[in-house]
Order: sequence, then structure tokens, then C-alpha cells
Amino acid sequence: MSRSRLEILAGLAGALLLVLIAWGVPWLRFVLTIALAKGITVLGILLLLRAGQVSFGHAMYVAIAAYTVAFVAPRMPEVLLLLPLAALASTAVGLVVGLFVMRYREIFFGMLNLALSMVFYSLLEKLYTITHGTDGIRLPVPTFLGQTLTGPTYEWAVFGIALVLAIGFALLVRVYLAAPLGQALAGIKTREARLEFMGVPARYVLLSAYALSALMAGCGGTIIALTSRHVTPALAYWTASGELVFIAILGGAGSVLGAFLGAVVYELTRVYAAANLADAWQLILGTVLLLVILFAPGGLVGMAQGLRRRKSA
Amino acid sequence: MMEWLSDNGLLLGLAVLDGLASAAAIFMVAVGLNLVFGVLRILNVAHGSLYAIGAYTAASLTAAMVAAGLPAWLSYPMLVIAAALVGVILGPLIERVLLKRVETQEPVLQLLVTFALFMILEDVQKLIWGVQPVSNETPMQLLGTVDVPFGADVIPFTAYQLFVLPGIALLTLVGLAWFMRRTLTGRVIVAVTTDREAATSQGIDAAKVTMLTFTFGAALAALGGALASPMTSMVPGIGASTIVLSFAVVATAGLGQIEGAALAAVMIGLGRSIAVYLEPELEVVIPYLIMVLVLLVRPQGLFGVTETRRI
Repeated sequence: MSRSRLEILAGLAGALLLVLIAWGVPWLRFVLTIALAKGITVLGILLLLRAGQVSFGHAMYVAIAAYTVAFVAPRMPEVLLLLPLAALASTAVGLVVGLFVMRYREIFFGMLNLALSMVFYSLLEKLYTITHGTDGIRLPVPTFLGQTLTGPTYEWAVFGIALVLAIGFALLVRVYLAAPLGQALAGIKTREARLEFMGVPARYVLLSAYALSALMAGCGGTIIALTSRHVTPALAYWTASGELVFIAILGGAGSVLGAFLGAVVYELTRVYAAANLADAWQLILGTVLLLVILFAPGGLVGMAQGLRRRKSA
Repeated sequence: MMEWLSDNGLLLGLAVLDGLASAAAIFMVAVGLNLVFGVLRILNVAHGSLYAIGAYTAASLTAAMVAAGLPAWLSYPMLVIAAALVGVILGPLIERVLLKRVETQEPVLQLLVTFALFMILEDVQKLIWGVQPVSNETPMQLLGTVDVPFGADVIPFTAYQLFVLPGIALLTLVGLAWFMRRTLTGRVIVAVTTDREAATSQGIDAAKVTMLTFTFGAALAALGGALASPMTSMVPGIGASTIVLSFAVVATAGLGQIEGAALAAVMIGLGRSIAVYLEPELEVVIPYLIMVLVLLVRPQGLFGVTETRRI
């Protein structure tokens, strides 16, 4: 069986497994929805990593979408309109910021993103009259196609949207990475000047990936807002951005499935561990991140592939 | 305009003094960041944590000293001892155990390693010093306040922020410039920064120089924290805000510039403290606004030199 077909099959099997778990263990539905949302966001981090760039501030785009939902929902609670609107808001900011950061690489790229997200976080925290500071904003119950859903039906609806978006974006990113535009991203990492000699404008290649990553973070943020129905500045804090980078490396940088595998493993562990180890949570994440970088650069997907190779050998 | 000045002139004067004091602390951190970048070619994201740990250590040492009944003037040597301790213990440890291992890896992975370290150190602080604000007032109280004449009025200002902080920062600036240009060790560091390979071929032990410089840079960050500890109370998160602020200074000045970093620190320090008096909500935005404006016009920073591109 070809590798790409195997990957798609594994993806579909994974999606089915998620549905089964969400159906069998109702309280995990919430956790899995958040995991899917983060997986979608991490896809964007993967795109940037493909170009050899890492953003330490992508939680900002998650928060922009989440706050857009929180501001608009009281006036217009329709989910199917809120989602594109919030995603559009993130993408628009991503395009403007991208025009600025696409001129920088590596250190500057990472740190400028971090700096901008810290400013955004501080504004969310300080402009109390608009954002209610650290108290955050509670969302009213949104409607689906005009209908107000409650309880499990609402949870299933959000879970369904998250799953559809996850599958859609996973396929999109696969196609994107295989297309010339995606191949050019890898060129930015190896030797940018050569790309330009071939007439490929490297900056705009990076900008397109950046805008797409902001769009996906926006979708992720919308789902998070709809699931937790409460948005706070913590969504934009650097720890949230660090989490996204962590998941990307844990799952296996460069693999679409890895983003979701990493996100599910991360969220499930967090449910069990974070309550007991809240004060040392970043410490654990940092240590695991170091171990993965030093000893298992392929992440979870790399480990799984290694096992498979060993079996067939 | 004149009327506004006579109403607000006093505040403005206070803002300027405040800004200079905070610029002094941030300069110490930024200059360490620059040194480390020079020899390692990576930006140490955990540099802000070293600042925080330096500040906390200074507070703990001073508190222990006061509890032991020692004279208050000893709190000044304590600030330096705290910085030296953090630098000498954490510096070689981080450089040898972590950064040396990933030396040959791609840049993005090296950046991630320092980010992972940053995550770890942020929690280590919380585990050791807790999440409640910690303060270190002894050094500030010792010197009392000075009346700064300002037109017809006087501004009472703490002598610590007026003399000690800017004084030490100025001393660091002059001392560092002298050290890098006039001493053998300094010149060896410059040689490794400019061309590692050529320096090695001249018989310089680049690995040793790298470790030494990293330790020195870490101690400078910790000293920045220790010196700032009497002015602010330490809470979780100061490491994160310090690294982005000192990055803003370094980026505005241009990577690797020492004198430039001093000027950028003053610009950003003043901008921030004036914003506090005029429009407090904007305080956090001003440093980055300055940075973005500078970078839009000069992508390599005010004093930075453009590197030749590899083909």
C-alpha cells in the first residue's frame, strides 16, 4: 500500500476512533473537541516549520477569533455565520501582521510574533471596559441554523463542526504541501536566495503560509470559544503559544496526522496531569519538548514509523 | 504649550527619571543577550528567566542577611553576589548540557531548545519562590530619597534609582567597551564572534570562549534582575515580559551592538515611562511601537550591519 494512501486511511481510522470515544465516554467529548481545535491550529505551525520558521505567538490568532465570537455572539448567535466571520478576522490580522513579519527569519520571526502576542494579551487584560480584563466574557448559547440546541446535542454539533474542519484542513494542508507553493516553503528553509533566482518571491510564499496559518488558528479559536463558552486573555498568553509549538514537535513536525495525534495525546494527558501538577505543568512540557528534540526528532509519528519499519524488517 | 508644561512639567520630570532607571536595568539584560548571540548565533529565549531568577535570588539573600542581623549596607554586595551565583551555576550548566548538544542542528531547533528551557525555568521559579509577590526593599530604604530640583519645584526621588542603577549601567557600558577592545580575553571573544573558524585556526579554544561568554551574559541578566529587584515586586511572568522587552531593545539597536543597545534602552525606557503618565493603557505597546517603526525603516536595526546573504 502506498504511503500516502496509508496515511489517509490512518487519518480516517483516527477520526472514527475519536467519534467512538466521544460517544462512549461523554465527558471526553469536551476534551476531544478542544484537541481537534488545537490540532487545526497546529497545522498552521507545521506549515511555518516547513519553511524553517517558528512562531512563538500564534495563540494571538486563536484569541482574536475567540474574542470576535464573544463580541458578536450577543447580537448574532448563528454559529454558521460566526465561524467564517471570526476566521476572517484572524486571517485579516494575519495578513497585515504577515506583511510585516515576512521580512524576517528565524530569531526575528519567532520573537516578533511573541512580542505582538504579548502586546495583544496586555491589551485584552488592560482595556477592562471593552474586554472585562482577566474576568473574560461569557458567551450566550449560540444557534445552529436558527435552532437553539442544548446539552449533548449542542456538544455533538460543535464536535461535528470541529471534526469536519479538521478533516478538511488536513486534506488542504496535504495538497498545499505537495503543490509548488508548499514545495517552495521547504526551499525557504534550505536556501532562500536560490528560490529568488528562480523567480519565486520567497516573501509572498511565506506570507501565504502565514495567512493560511492565521485562518486555521481562527477556526481553532472559534471552536474553543464555542466549546468553553468563556473567553479570557489567557488564550493569547505566551504559554498558549508555547503549547501549540509543543504539540507540533511532539506529534512530529512535518506530518499532518502528527498535529492531531499530538493534540489528542496532549489534551488527554493534561486532563489527568494538570489538575495535580498545575504548578509544574510548563516544567513538564519543557522537559518533554527537550527530550523529543534531543532523542526523538520525528515525534510520535516518527516513533510509530520506526516501530513499523522494525516490524517489517 | 507653556501652560501645559507648567501644569505637567513635574510629572514629565518624574517620568524621565523613572524611565532612565528602568532603562538601566533593561540595558543590562539586553547587553547580555547581545553577547550570547554574538558567540552562539542563537537568541537565548531563557535569558529573561535568568533575569527573574537573579531578582528572586537577590531578594532571598537580602532577606536571609537581614534575618541574621547583619548591617544593611551589606545588601549591596548581596545584589552582586546573587548575580554571580546565578551566572556561575546556571551559565555553564545550560551551555554545556543543552546548547552544546544542538550546536550543529538547524537554527529553528536551537531556538526551540532555549524556548523549552524558558518553560522549565518559569516553573522552577514558581516552585521555589511561590506565586505571591516578593519584594526586596532594604537596599532602597538605606539610601533614602534625594530632592531633585526641577524648575521652581523639587521632585523627591529615591537615591537608588537616581544614582546606583544608572551608575552601574553606565559603568557596565564603559567597562564592557574597554574590556572588548583593550583586553586579550575581550579581543578573543570579538574574534570568535566575527569568525569562529578563523579564530579556531589561530589557536583559540572557541568552545571555552563560548562557555565563558555565555556565563558572563547570564550573570549580566541576573545582575539586571538583582538591580531591578528593589524597584519592583517579583511575580511570575516577569521573565516572559523581560525577554520580549530586551528583545525589543536588541532589535531596535541591531543585533550585536553594545553602545546601540544603551541608546535603544533609553529610548524605550523613556517612551514607556512617559506613556505611564500620559496614557497608562498604552505603556505595554510603546516599546514595540518604537521597535516596529525602526524595523520598518531599517530592518537591521538602528546600528546593525546587514549580513551578506548566502547563495
